[in-house]
Amino acid sequence: MLAIFTDLADWLTFILFGLSPNSKLGDAVHFFIEDTTKIFFLLVIMIYFIALLRASLNIERVRDYLASKNRFIGYLTGSIFGAITPFCSCSSIPVFLGFTSAGIPVGITMSFLLTSPLINEVAVLLLLSLVGWQITFMYVLVGMAVGILGGVFLDLIRAEKMLQPFALKAYQSATPVADLDGDSVAKPTLSFRERHDFAKNELWNIFSRVWKWVFIGVGLGAALHGYVPVSWLEGNLGDGQWWSVPLAVLLGIPLYSNATGVIPIMESLITKGLPIGTTMAFCMSAVAASFPEFILLKQVMTWKLLTIIFAMLLLSFTLVGWILNLVN
Amino acid sequence: MKQVKVLGSGCSKCVKTAELIKAIAAENEVPVNVEKETSAEVIMSYGVMSTPAVVIDEVVVHYGSIPDKKKIQSWF
Repeated sequence: MLAIFTDLADWLTFILFGLSPNSKLGDAVHFFIEDTTKIFFLLVIMIYFIALLRASLNIERVRDYLASKNRFIGYLTGSIFGAITPFCSCSSIPVFLGFTSAGIPVGITMSFLLTSPLINEVAVLLLLSLVGWQITFMYVLVGMAVGILGGVFLDLIRAEKMLQPFALKAYQSATPVADLDGDSVAKPTLSFRERHDFAKNELWNIFSRVWKWVFIGVGLGAALHGYVPVSWLEGNLGDGQWWSVPLAVLLGIPLYSNATGVIPIMESLITKGLPIGTTMAFCMSAVAASFPEFILLKQVMTWKLLTIIFAMLLLSFTLVGWILNLVN
Repeated sequence: MKQVKVLGSGCSKCVKTAELIKAIAAENEVPVNVEKETSAEVIMSYGVMSTPAVVIDEVVVHYGSIPDKKKIQSWF
């Protein structure tokens, strides 16, 4: 079904624009047209249908669910909810405080917040259509592992002691969920009309947020695809030299992107022969380790805790890269 | 005079919400005092997790999105 976008790109690039299939420009333009049309098409359809299914899941229900669960299942479910609940980074502070004041341990909350930018339905379906199910599976597994283990680690070092005083107080004087107002728990079942309205809104919200990332991501991917020779990447970084992984992670920090933008770059790097571990380390660092979002968290955390979390992320992405390069 | 607070970290949606409420209140000739509240601690005290949220006379009436016109009108 997706071959239609290849045909469209063939026609536009080689016939309408008259570019040669063997030229660098032709190659880059073809990649750009094929990927943008394909991604926008998939985005619209997927966001709408997934939102239809997800209409009755809101952050209040996630909180109530997590608060009532046993701690060890909590990290896993926190991470799963992080993957399936979309939310904008501008609400990470209220979400953090809402979870904390419901008595959910900091580690479980962070499992949720760390997994959330890394994995979402849009990213998963884009990966599936661009790089195949094996890499998609690996990406999801790694993303969830980072979220879960990160959360466990933060509770082990008693991260709550390093919160801002008012947040710590809210955690210690947490009210059990049953005492909170009941209307968020008992959400009435939604009619199809309400689901459709919700999905339409979601489509608009998510689309207006990610469209520019698609252009930037595919643009960079296309430039890589057309202008960086395969032999260069393969020859210089193809053996997964150990230092290339931490370097990729460091390069990812100033590149502030979201998962939608980074996936076309990932596709391009992999087809150019960059080892999967190095590619994954680079992409996850670009998505999850960004200064602007960390500075936001300063409102609820001390510098010490922020530094620990940042270092923990960089270290885990490096380890992920090394491990994947070794086993492949 | 109704005391309206718009809770949110200062994103564009919160600004839009506050403007919409002011405009509709003026249309209905209801005197209101609209404030924006950005402090994380205060937002937490209302138990709100998805912003923008609207508080009228200390009661949370809406959260999670820009409220639509009809809903705002029902408050006045």
